[in-house]
Amino acid sequence: MLKILKYSFFDLIRSRWSYVYFAFYLLLGIVLLFLNNDLSKAVITLMNVIIVLVPLIGTIFGVMYYYNSKEFTELLLAQPLKRSSIFLGQYLGVALSLSMSLILGLGIPFIFYGLFESSAIWDFSLLLVTGVFLTLIFTALAFNIALSNENKIKGFGYAILLWLFLAIIYDGIFLMTLVMFEDYPLDKLSLVGTMLNPIDLSRTLILLKLDISALLGYTGAIFKQFFGTNFGLIVSFAMLTIWVVLPVLRIVFKSRKKDF
Amino acid sequence: MKNLIVFFSTILMASTTMAKTIEVCNSCNISSLKTAISQAKDFDTIIVKKGTYKEYEISVNKPLVIIGKNYPVIDGELKGEIFTIISDNVTIDGLFIINVGTSYTEDFAAIRVRKSKNFIIQNVVLEKLFFGIYIEKSNHGKVYHNKIIGDAVNEYNSGNGIQLWYSNHIEIEHNYVEHVRDGIYLEFSDDCLIKNNVSAENLRYGLHFMFSNDDVYQDNTFENNGAGVAVMFSKKIKMLNNTFKENWGTASYGMLLKEINDAEIIGNTFEENTIGINIEGSNRIVYKNNDFLNNGWAIKVRGACYANSFVENNFLYNSFDISYNSKVNDNVFDRNYWSNYTGYDLDKDGVGDVPYRPVKLFSYIVNRTPETIILLRSLFIDIIDFSEKVSPVFTPDNLLDNNPLIKNNTW
Repeated sequence: MLKILKYSFFDLIRSRWSYVYFAFYLLLGIVLLFLNNDLSKAVITLMNVIIVLVPLIGTIFGVMYYYNSKEFTELLLAQPLKRSSIFLGQYLGVALSLSMSLILGLGIPFIFYGLFESSAIWDFSLLLVTGVFLTLIFTALAFNIALSNENKIKGFGYAILLWLFLAIIYDGIFLMTLVMFEDYPLDKLSLVGTMLNPIDLSRTLILLKLDISALLGYTGAIFKQFFGTNFGLIVSFAMLTIWVVLPVLRIVFKSRKKDF
Repeated sequence: MKNLIVFFSTILMASTTMAKTIEVCNSCNISSLKTAISQAKDFDTIIVKKGTYKEYEISVNKPLVIIGKNYPVIDGELKGEIFTIISDNVTIDGLFIINVGTSYTEDFAAIRVRKSKNFIIQNVVLEKLFFGIYIEKSNHGKVYHNKIIGDAVNEYNSGNGIQLWYSNHIEIEHNYVEHVRDGIYLEFSDDCLIKNNVSAENLRYGLHFMFSNDDVYQDNTFENNGAGVAVMFSKKIKMLNNTFKENWGTASYGMLLKEINDAEIIGNTFEENTIGINIEGSNRIVYKNNDFLNNGWAIKVRGACYANSFVENNFLYNSFDISYNSKVNDNVFDRNYWSNYTGYDLDKDGVGDVPYRPVKLFSYIVNRTPETIILLRSLFIDIIDFSEKVSPVFTPDNLLDNNPLIKNNTW
């Protein structure tokens, strides 16, 4: 598996897209710092970008890589290799190279700006960790979609739909539900609703750091326990981990059964 | 008023030249404050040497100056009130007063001033108290440089740090109050000056006004109090250059205004509060040159607020800038700086060319269904906020800042 991981990783690092992705984050970081002149404000803007763009790029890239390297995969399958290690290797190769572009692309301008002397370093690290989690989750989801669909166009369609659903539509439905059932106690529902969507989950994680004063304005014991203590942070990270593990397991099962 | 002070201080000086000095210490002839006071003549000075004096219900019934050297401890042994001043022209200076009794029927205080004029209470340290300095029906006094550290846990069995009741023309400066119920409490007290105080970690309010008019409070810091600062049912109050910080909680405000008319709120800083200012039934208030930083809600308008003007303030990185619960707006917003403003300035006059709408649709939704706060900063919310901005349906459509500034207001 490590060999395949290494191969995919270096293959991707050499590819143009990784550089484009890296350059994009580099530019974003520099522009944000240049325009804002303030680290903590830049972190807020960055959060908005990360929770929308990272999943999108993760899904598209994952699907694209799977379809592009299909012939190579088939060649590998002819070798005496475990199927799970082939696909996991490829998956990790994509996810890690994407994460690396993200961390380096954003990290470099912020470090040059003086991140280590700033109090925003924890917010920023949290942001990067969330970004990595989102990459891992959405690349895994993309591999799932690609494994289940032979048709490229269909695969891309589903991938974009998935992103659209989790990034926008889900929140719309969520909001409608909350407003419709406003006569009932909703704090459990709203927390569960957040847990079920990795994008919302990462958003709350960052909110815990940035908008805590507003979040504490709502009366509710469960909210208070969740947002007021480290409990929220721990639960959110646990949920994010589950969100990584489940799709990865499905990749393993799916690839084992799939007929190439 | 100044003339009055000069007049009385000359009297005080003239009389002190003739006055005696009485020393109190544990090994002296006079070893208790009570005896010292009963032996003293008017305008004498009592000097209390370092030591511990277990006394309570000390009644200061003649004009005296009581000075503590090296902070002697007056221990009330939790039995009741410690000092009661019932004479004019009393000065208390440099005492360390502890263990005030707690009662559910009487408001025991460390120092109570009753129906007296021209008192000075300064450099006093109070600990383990019920009420700290309680001034009732007394005018023209000064409360300077005191430190009040309570250990209040519940609102029902704790008292206030500095309380004024029917007392006018009092100056309260450079005091430090923490861990009591209300840090500073004014009821029916007019023309008072509250300056340079720090009021922190109190159970209820850092500063609390009730039915008190024409007061000024400035350069104070209110931090991490249960519910911030409450100004209620008062007229013509000036609130200048204060700092309101980190008042977090469901019913927590930097400042709570209720039934306040004709006030001026200028140059204050509101930082990291759940709600910066909560306004209810308050009219003709001028908000100018205030900084609102990182609050949950910078300003929450609950209704019945007319003819207020919000001019030249900075709204920086608040989760919500303004929240309204109705569609009617009679308040003016002009020349503020909004960090969320996304317009442009083509003619480069420093004023944005597109008006800014400080009330977002999402704040309306959160008012209706508070749980939706969890969707804060979601892309979907940004989209609906944008569509509401283009054509307001739920928020007041005339609530605009027509001249949003491009750069921070500085003053």
